[in-house]
Amino acid sequence: MVKKPFFSLARPKLKYPVIDDFAVHKIVDLPLPSKVTLYLETGKSPGRLLPALGEHVKTGQKIMIHEGGGEYLISTVTGSIKEISDFTGTNGSEYKAVTIEVSGKDQFDEGLDFTGGLSEKALEFLSILPGVDPSLFIRDDIAVDTLLVFGIDRDLLVTTNQVAAGTQIELISKGIEYLKGIFPLKKTLFLVPPELADSAAETGIRIEEVKGAYPDTLPVMILKDVLGIKISNARDIRSSGIGVINAEGVVALASALDSGRIPVDKIITVIDRDNRATTVKARIGTPISHIFQALGIEVRYGDRIVMGGPMMGNAVYSEDIAIRHDTDALMVQDGGRIAWNSDSHCINCGECVRACPAKVPVNMLVRLLENGLYEEAANDYDLLSCIECGLCTYVCVAKIPIFHYIMLGKHEYARINNAEELSNA
Amino acid sequence: MLAALPAVIFGIFQYGIPALAVVAFSVSCAMLWELLMNLVMKRPVTIGDGNAALIGLLFSMLMPATLPWWVVLIGTFAAIIIGKLIYGGVGCNPFNPTLVAVAILLLSWKGILRFDEALVNYDFDFYMLFPLGAVKHFGAEAAADYSLAGLIMGRQVGGIGSTFGLGLIVGGIYLILRGHVRWEIPVSFLAGIFVTALVFNMIDSAKYAQPLFHIFTGYTLIGAFFLAPEDSSSPVNFIPMLIYGAGAGILTILVRNLGAFTDGVVFTILLMNVANPLIDKIRPKALGRGVEHA
Repeated sequence: MVKKPFFSLARPKLKYPVIDDFAVHKIVDLPLPSKVTLYLETGKSPGRLLPALGEHVKTGQKIMIHEGGGEYLISTVTGSIKEISDFTGTNGSEYKAVTIEVSGKDQFDEGLDFTGGLSEKALEFLSILPGVDPSLFIRDDIAVDTLLVFGIDRDLLVTTNQVAAGTQIELISKGIEYLKGIFPLKKTLFLVPPELADSAAETGIRIEEVKGAYPDTLPVMILKDVLGIKISNARDIRSSGIGVINAEGVVALASALDSGRIPVDKIITVIDRDNRATTVKARIGTPISHIFQALGIEVRYGDRIVMGGPMMGNAVYSEDIAIRHDTDALMVQDGGRIAWNSDSHCINCGECVRACPAKVPVNMLVRLLENGLYEEAANDYDLLSCIECGLCTYVCVAKIPIFHYIMLGKHEYARINNAEELSNA
Repeated sequence: MLAALPAVIFGIFQYGIPALAVVAFSVSCAMLWELLMNLVMKRPVTIGDGNAALIGLLFSMLMPATLPWWVVLIGTFAAIIIGKLIYGGVGCNPFNPTLVAVAILLLSWKGILRFDEALVNYDFDFYMLFPLGAVKHFGAEAAADYSLAGLIMGRQVGGIGSTFGLGLIVGGIYLILRGHVRWEIPVSFLAGIFVTALVFNMIDSAKYAQPLFHIFTGYTLIGAFFLAPEDSSSPVNFIPMLIYGAGAGILTILVRNLGAFTDGVVFTILLMNVANPLIDKIRPKALGRGVEHA
């Protein structure tokens, strides 16, 4: 992708992709698959499973999962529930996977009860819209006073948010009005690439042009560079009263509240093994194999399938896994060209320390993480300050999978902390 | 290793076949010791990564051309096994392995690295006294016997690879440009040497030699570009790198002018290696931690 020059006095910069003309940018509409799988992260309520096998569902219908719990799924197709199983995702996160067999054309659920104020509607129906992070609405204990609307993408080679922002500007204005009704917003910021600045300015919202190289578009970096706020835990921005929403999410919100139907399609950037990107619109829950088949992308033995972009995405082990409401990109990496990780020691060259945007002492951190000393890593070596951009692993001379060690470390640290809290409570 | 070649080839050219013998034996001994230890410690064989060969090459570059074979054997044993492998291999060594070996040899056999003795059978057309030895014992006028241009071009007595100043500088710049070595350490090392030698020279110019003389004699250049910036024993952050290099430079001149050894590079770099973890703690705070501009 980016070649290191022969004389490397300066570091190469990783640039984001640019779409020149949104009017002619093609979005491929994919046909419906034969079955969809919807995932719900299992919460703490172990009540009886509510959906019944064979139960008929309509498109946009809300499916409650556990008795007594508040978690729900929105069915994205019309059909019957075929299977409910457990699914384990990255870093041991547990999901319930509900597979629905598609039975033909969509019958939209017109019986959605959209009465009630905007906030209640948001909590009850809209927390898992495409482009919306569930914590935005569900964490209603902390009010949001600053809203960041991302018209830019977080990862390299991905153009999902830009396409959503570039092609549906009017809905963005509407969506932000609705959001102002839901939250007591004091500040709203619309982050756009320079190419979109003109059309975005027509919305009347305060615009911020974001140029720069990776990882300047990550939320923590935006907070640092644009707003001057420094967050110490990159995973929990919501607690500071800052809401983050993708442009696609704003569009989905606006169209949901206008039409009374919950959006069930997701815009995805599909990147093939030669780094060519295609923007597609697919039903949430479509298996990855269906998308690749529709686009004619061949996946061979040894290739890597990534949900997300090349820097921050997760590799998945099967093509039967389905896309979710937060899948912005799909990538196929050629098996012959993947850089292999090794279990070499850190040679203390310092490239990672120079690459880290959060100034984490990565060389020391990875030594502690390799040896399982997670608490010390978090307390003394700034494990939680990591913004999860993946640059350290990208530049590592010894090819240590630093990013994976960090994600594992954070997961284990959270587990240790939760266990302590549970035992203290 | 490519960067070290100009200096080594000149050295072999100058000193002849014995030098080639020492270099070749050193490289192969180093690799053999590493292979042996890998098998004994039941770890994957790592001689393929070239690190053992590099250590052997650097070690031979510091030695006189007539080094006896058993010294090479013991020296490479010290370098590879004591200096590197007992700490865990590449990246885990707190000291520069080559320097560990040279230090052990210097302290164990006093005369082994006296270049005047070792090269007594050679007959060159330049002044054959070891420059730093001459200056130490005879004062600064002895330095006048060496021309600066001559020193740069290798018309001096020393280790196989450590005499050809121009070759070392070219190799060092190549390493920096390619990104294998950060510029901060060589530059600060040479600056430390230059400034300290200047200060001493200004205090008493009869006794202490000129700064440029110090830069081009002894192990200075090879230490600056090849030995001091060794990855695992040198710091990683910006300011610590400068402190490390400057500290080694200052201490080297102190040893040369005031200490017992004619060339202090070996021990001072080892001293700074010891101080390395502490110096490396001088680093900026991570995002979100610590108080800003308290």
